[in-house]
Amino acid sequence: MTARFRTASGGRVDRARPIRFTFDGKSYEGLAGDTLASALIANGVHFVNRSYKYHRPRGFLSAGAEEPNALVGVAEGPGRFAPNLRATQTPLIEGLAVTSQNRWPSLAFDVGAVNDLMSPFYGAGFYYKTFMGPNLFGKNWAWKTIYEPIVRRAAGLGQPPTNADPDAYAQYYDHCDVLVIGAGPSGLAAARAAAAGGAEVILCDEQAEMGGSLLAETRATIDGAPAAEWLARTLADLAALPNVRLMPRTQAFGYYAQNFVGLAETVSQDERARNADAPRERLWQLRAREVVIAAGAIERALVFPDNDRPGVMLAEAARVYLNRYGAKVGERVVLVTAHDSAYRAALDLKGAGVEVAMIADLRAKADGALPQAARAAGLRVLAGATIHAAAGKRRVAGARLSAPGFAEQTVACDALLMCGGWTPSVHLHSQSRGKVVWEEARGLFLPGDSVQRERSAGACRGVFGLAQAMADGARAGADAASRAGRPSPTMEAPAVADAPEAFGGALGDQSPPAARKAKAFVDYQNDVCAKDIRLAVQEGMRSIEHVKRYTTTGMATDQGKIANMNALAIAADKLGRSVPEVGLTTFRQPYTPVTFGLFAGASRGDLFDPVRKTPIHDWAASQGAAFEDVGLWKRAWYFPQGREDMHAAVRRECRQTRASVGMFDASTLGKIEVVGPDAARFLERLYTNPWAKLEVGRCRYGLMLNEQGFIMDDGVIARIAADRFHVTTTTGGAPRVLNHMEDYLQTEFPDLKVWLTSTTEQWAVIAVQGPKSRELIAPFVEGIDLSREATPHMSVREGRVCGAPARLMRVSFTGELGFEINVPPDVARSVWETLWAAGAALGVVAYGTEAMHVMRAEKGYIIVGQDTDGTVTPDDAGMGWAIGKAKADFVGKRSLARADLSAPGRKQFVGLLTENPRVVPMEGAQIVARADYAVGEHAIGHVTSAYDSPALDRSIALAVVENGRARMGETVFIAAVVAGQRRDSRHGLRSRVPRQEGRAPRWLALSLRRRAAARSRGARCPPGRASRSQSRRRRRASSCAATRRSPRRPAPPSASPFPAHPARRPRARGAPRSGSDRTNGY
Amino acid sequence: MRFSLLSVARQGLAGNEGWPEQWRSPEPKAAYDAIVVGAGGHGLGAAYYMAREHGLRNVAVLDKGWLGGGNTGRNTTIIRSNYLWEESEAIYEHAMKLWEGLAEELNYNVMYSARGVMMLAHNTHDVQSFQRHVAANQLAGIDNEWLTPQEAKAFCPILNIEKTIRYPIVGAALQRRGGTARHDAVAWGYARGADRLGVDIIQNCEVKGIRRDASGAVAGVETTKGFIATKKLGVVAAGNTSVVMGMAGVRMPLESYPLQALVSEPVKPIMPCVVMSNTIHAYMSQSDKGEMVIGAGTDAYTSYSQTGGLHIANHTLDAICELFPVVRRLRMLRNWGGIVDVTPDRSPIIGKTPVPGLFVNCGWGTGGFKATPGSAHVFAHTVATGEPHPIAAPSISIASAPGG
Repeated sequence: MTARFRTASGGRVDRARPIRFTFDGKSYEGLAGDTLASALIANGVHFVNRSYKYHRPRGFLSAGAEEPNALVGVAEGPGRFAPNLRATQTPLIEGLAVTSQNRWPSLAFDVGAVNDLMSPFYGAGFYYKTFMGPNLFGKNWAWKTIYEPIVRRAAGLGQPPTNADPDAYAQYYDHCDVLVIGAGPSGLAAARAAAAGGAEVILCDEQAEMGGSLLAETRATIDGAPAAEWLARTLADLAALPNVRLMPRTQAFGYYAQNFVGLAETVSQDERARNADAPRERLWQLRAREVVIAAGAIERALVFPDNDRPGVMLAEAARVYLNRYGAKVGERVVLVTAHDSAYRAALDLKGAGVEVAMIADLRAKADGALPQAARAAGLRVLAGATIHAAAGKRRVAGARLSAPGFAEQTVACDALLMCGGWTPSVHLHSQSRGKVVWEEARGLFLPGDSVQRERSAGACRGVFGLAQAMADGARAGADAASRAGRPSPTMEAPAVADAPEAFGGALGDQSPPAARKAKAFVDYQNDVCAKDIRLAVQEGMRSIEHVKRYTTTGMATDQGKIANMNALAIAADKLGRSVPEVGLTTFRQPYTPVTFGLFAGASRGDLFDPVRKTPIHDWAASQGAAFEDVGLWKRAWYFPQGREDMHAAVRRECRQTRASVGMFDASTLGKIEVVGPDAARFLERLYTNPWAKLEVGRCRYGLMLNEQGFIMDDGVIARIAADRFHVTTTTGGAPRVLNHMEDYLQTEFPDLKVWLTSTTEQWAVIAVQGPKSRELIAPFVEGIDLSREATPHMSVREGRVCGAPARLMRVSFTGELGFEINVPPDVARSVWETLWAAGAALGVVAYGTEAMHVMRAEKGYIIVGQDTDGTVTPDDAGMGWAIGKAKADFVGKRSLARADLSAPGRKQFVGLLTENPRVVPMEGAQIVARADYAVGEHAIGHVTSAYDSPALDRSIALAVVENGRARMGETVFIAAVVAGQRRDSRHGLRSRVPRQEGRAPRWLALSLRRRAAARSRGARCPPGRASRSQSRRRRRASSCAATRRSPRRPAPPSASPFPAHPARRPRARGAPRSGSDRTNGY
Repeated sequence: MRFSLLSVARQGLAGNEGWPEQWRSPEPKAAYDAIVVGAGGHGLGAAYYMAREHGLRNVAVLDKGWLGGGNTGRNTTIIRSNYLWEESEAIYEHAMKLWEGLAEELNYNVMYSARGVMMLAHNTHDVQSFQRHVAANQLAGIDNEWLTPQEAKAFCPILNIEKTIRYPIVGAALQRRGGTARHDAVAWGYARGADRLGVDIIQNCEVKGIRRDASGAVAGVETTKGFIATKKLGVVAAGNTSVVMGMAGVRMPLESYPLQALVSEPVKPIMPCVVMSNTIHAYMSQSDKGEMVIGAGTDAYTSYSQTGGLHIANHTLDAICELFPVVRRLRMLRNWGGIVDVTPDRSPIIGKTPVPGLFVNCGWGTGGFKATPGSAHVFAHTVATGEPHPIAAPSISIASAPGG
C-alpha cells in the first residue's frame, strides 16, 4: 500500500523495495532510499517529538544535518539503542524501532506540556535567580535536595543506552593530495578539476548519496543533460579514476593542525549485510596536502510567533522531500520567504499537485527571475507581507498573514514553508583557525584568509548560483592540485542552464512589533525565543558568548546551525550595534555529533592498552603465579603453592631466597643503550652521579632528577665500553626517561655525539639472588670468572650463559649476593628453565614483585614512585652521597641550591618499627608527633612502604618524616583512618577496618618507634670495608630493621644488611637500586 | 534587584521587562585604588571580596575579552578539596566551604552540587596513593573515604568493575562533598556582586603595558582604552600570566599547555556523581542539562592554542568507554580546549612580586575552577593588605623561584 503522501513517481527511492519500521510502536511502511524523516512524512506523520523545555509538539524543520527538532531514539537490537538521532539523517532499514523523546507518558499526551503554560516564569536564565532556598538543613540544602533532582529529571533529551554497545568501530590513517569536503555541485567540480592532472583526490560527503543539492534538482541542465543524469555520469567518471576515492556517508567533523582532518564514515547497511565483521563506523585520520571545503550552505529559518508547529518547515527541505524522496509535506502549503530560492520549492510542489495557497514574500518587492516564474505559473505572490503567527498546535493549520492591501487573516495550510535565506557553512574553515569576515550587503559571514592549506568553494563562501558555484569549485580544485604540486590542466567548467540565481535574505525577528512577547523560536531544540535573547541583552549580556551561555541558544545538538545567525541579529538589534561588533561564537569540532565508540575504535578490552609480557611470563603463568599490572606490563606478583595465600607465599619466597637462592624475572626494567664518544659526558649531565671515571666493566647506581631537583628515576648503569653504557631505569619510568634524555639531547646538548636506543625488549633479565646464587649459575657461565675478585660487586661482564650471549651484572636489590643475567629474549625462557632445573638441588625459589618489594624494604632501598612522590630530593632520601660533588652541572643541580630545598624541617626518609610487631601500618598513613592529636594536626610525614618482614618476623615500615634523621630513636604516631580499607600485606588483599562514628580520626592506631639505626658507624661497618656511601645506606636500612636486641628469631645468616649482622657478610651489601615498579603515572 | 522565587514570579507576570542589568558596562575611570587584570572567576571574585571584606570599592576588573571567557568558561566544573598537601588542602577546603554558601552569598544560583567525586584506583600504586590521600584528608578534617569496587559501583551504577577489563578497578576514594557547579554562573554571580558594590568591570579592554614609577612601583596600566592609573595591580590572567607579568619585567616559572574537554549530547540522568581516573586519564560527570562532561589530559607540548589534538580525544574516549561501556553509543557534541598555566610543583602562586604594588595569582594548572572562591578570597586579602593571606603564605614567593 502506497503511503498517502508519496508521489506516484519520481525521486530516488525504490518503490519496489518497501521497508517496515515502527514509530512509538506503530508500524509504518517506507521505501529503500528513504530517511526516517521522509518515510514518516510520506505517511503524513509530522508530530514526532516534544521540545526540551516547554514540551511543545515538534516536527521536521529540515531535511539534513541541521535538524534541531526531529530527534528520536533508535533501537537496532540489544545494546544497539542510540538516543537523539536526527530522523532526517537516519537511513531507513527493515525493522527499525523508533521512539519519540522527551514526553511522558506519550507523545500525544505529555504531562510536561504544562511547562508551556508556565513559560512566563521560565525566561532566559531564570534558574540562576531562584531555587536557592529555603536552606532548612544546612547550606545549599534546597538546591541539592529539592530543586536539582527535579531539574535533572526534567532535562536531558533521549533515554541513555542501558547496555554496552556490541558494535565495532575501525580507525585508519591516510593521506592524499587533495581532500574535497562536500560532494555537491562545487565539490564535484572541484574533485573533477583536482583529479584531472593525476592528483590523489578524496571526495567525501556526509550523505549516503553524493550530489548535494543536485539530488533534488529537477529543473537545471548541466552540459546539456538533466542534473541527475550529469550527476550519475560524473560520479561514475570519478569512481573510474584510479586517483580518486569517493567516500559517501563520511562526515569531515574536525579540522586540526597541519591539515589533519578527522573523517567519520558510517558503514552502509549493504556492506554490513555482506560482511558480519564490518564495523559500524570508521574513523579516518587524514593528512591532506590541500583541502577544498565545499560544505554548502544551510537554509535559514524565519523567526515569528509559533514558528515551531509541526508542519512549519524550511522551504528547500520540502523541495528535497518531494524531489529526492517522493514525499509531499502536505496537501496545501503556504510559503513565507525573504529569498528567491523558496519559489523553486513552490514551483516544484505545484508541479507535483500540491496546492500552493500563497507565497508571502517579506520583501517589499519580489520580482527576480524565480518570483516571476512563479507568477507566470499562476501562483499567488504577496509582496511586502508580514507573518504574524502560525496557527495550529500539533500540526500547523494556517499562516496568519498581512500585506499592503491584504488584511490580516489566516490562510489555511497543512505545511508552512519558510526561507530566510542561506547561511554559508564556515565551520571547517573556522576550525582550521581561519577567521570569518562579515559581508554587510548580503548579511553573511564568509571565510576570510586561510591559515592552513585550505580554500572554500561554492555556497560555503557565498557563491550560491549553480553555475557560479560549479565554476568556483572547478577553480578551487585546480588551485588545490597545483599547490599540491600536481599538474592541473585547465578544464571547462560545466555549462549550466535553467538555474536562475536566487537572491535575498532576512535576519532576526520577523514578528510584528505587537507580537514581540509571543514565542518566536530562534533555537528550536533548546526552546530559546527571540524575547529570551532580548532579555539576556537587557540583563547586561553584551557579548554573543554571554547571550549564548545565558539563553543556551546555539548550545543544542545542532550547535546553532539554525539558530546562530538569527540570535546574533536579534542581539545586535537590541544592542543597537552591528552584527560583527557583537561577534560570532567559536566553531568547534565536531561538525555534527560523532559516536564515542568511533574515537575509542578497537581500544577496548585487551586492546585498550597493549599488554606487555616478558619472555618468562608464560612460565610464571604455568607455575600458577598471580600477576599485577605495572604500567603496561603484567608482572608476576607472587607464586602461591597449594592453598597458600599471598602472605604465606611471599613469606616463603623471601625466606627461601635469603636462605638459599631465588630467581626473579626483572625483564620489565627499562633499558637504554647510551652510545657515543660523549656518552659519559651525557650521563654526567643527566644523572647526579659522576660517570667519567667509572671503569669499563663496572656498574654504578644512578640517580636522575627532574629540573626541579626532585628524584625522577634511578637504576644501575653499567659501562660496557668507553663509549657504551647499559642504562637501566624503573619499569614504569622507561619511556619517560628516554623522552627526557632525547629532549635534552636534541634541544640542550645537540653538540654531544650520543645515540640513545631503547633496549628494554632486547634484554630479558633474570635476577638470581641469595647466598647460593653463584653456586647456581656458575656451571652455566662461560667466559666469565665469577670469583669475588674477578667479578666484584657492582661489576658487569660479557660472556655466555647457557650458551647464550649475556651481560652478567653482579648487583643486588635484596641485600644478598646476587646476579642479574641479561640475555636475548628469544632464549630467555630456556635459560630460565635451565637454571630453574639446576636450582632444584639448591632449593631455588621463584619470587615475584611483592617479595622483591619486601626484601628491598628490609634492605632499606627506595622505590622511586612509592617512597618518593616528586617532592623528594636526594638529601631527603638520604642519598646525598649519590651527588657528584665535583660535577659542574647536572639536570636539577640549580634547583637543589634553592633555599627551600635545604631548609630545616624537610621530610627525610627513615625506617619505622611499630610497637606492636604484628601490626602493619597502612601505606600512606599520616604520621603525627604526638599521641593526643586532634583533627587539623600537622602531619610530620607519612608511611611510604610497610610490610610484614619475614626476615625479622615482624612488621617494618619506611616513611618520610620531618627532620627524620634527627629524630632517630623518637616515637612518632600514626593518625587513624576511620572508615574504609587498607592494604595489608599479611592478607594480600584489602581488609576492612570497621566503620566508626564521626568523620574525624579519633584514635591512635599505633605508635611507631624509630630506632636509631647506625649506633655507630664503626660498630656496624668495619673500617676500610665499606665506602662512605655504603655506610649511609646501611644506616637507613637498619632503621627499619633494628631488632638486634630481641629478634623473635635470628635472621638468616644471609640477611646481612641488618644491623644484627653488620660485619658478617658485608660483601653482600649491594648498592641501592630500585625498580619503581609501582609507577606508571606520567 | 534581589533574585528570588518571588522576583521571578513577579517579573514573569510583568513580561520580564523589569530585570535590570546584572552588571554595568562602564568606561574606565582615570584611576582606581586597585585594578585586577582578568575577569574570570578568580579575578571577579577577588574584586568582589576586596569590596565586600576590605572596603576597597574603587576597583576595576579589566579583561581583553568577555568576562568569564577564559578557563572559567571552559572547564569541566569539578569541585573537590581532597588534595594531598596541607597547603593545598587549606586553600581548596577554604574554597569548598565558600562554595557551600556561595549561591546565598551572591544571591545567584551557581548550582553547586555536592554529588560526590570518586577517584578510581586501578593498581597497587593507585591504592597506595589514594589511601595516602584519604589518610591525609581525614587528619585535616576533610571528608574522603575509601570504597571497595562494589561500593564504587553502588555509588555510580554505570561503572564497569569487571575484573577482566584491562585495568580493573580495585577501589576508589570518594569525597562526598565534592561535586560540580555551573561555571558561567560563578563568573556572572561574582560580576553582579562586585558591580553592585561599585566595582567597574571593563570588558574588551586589553592590557598592553604596565607602567612603573621612578621607584619601580606600579603606576598603572596601558590598555586598549588608554592609560589607567593604580598603585595596586593584581594579575589573574590564567593562560596569559607570563605575557602580562612580562610587561612588568617579571619572569614567571610557568609553562602553558592546552587542556581539552568535551561533552556528549544530553541524555536523561545516567550518572549521579563525578568519576575520575588518573591512571587511565579520564574523568566524567553529567551536567544538569544531561550532557556527559568529559575531561582529557593536557597536550604533551606547550602552546597558546585553545584547541588540541585529535589523538587526545581518542585516548580520552577510549578510556571513558572502557570505564563506562554504556556510553559508547552516545555521541560527542562539542570538543574544546583551554590553556592552563603550570608551575614546577603543580601548585599555585598567590602573592607579592618583586615589583611593589604588583600581585599575582596564577599557576592553578588543571585545578583552577574548584579553587575559585578560595583563591579569590585569599587574593583579595593579598592585594588589599599588601601581605599574603595566611593560607597563601606557604606558597613560594616568586622572588625566589627559578627565573624569578
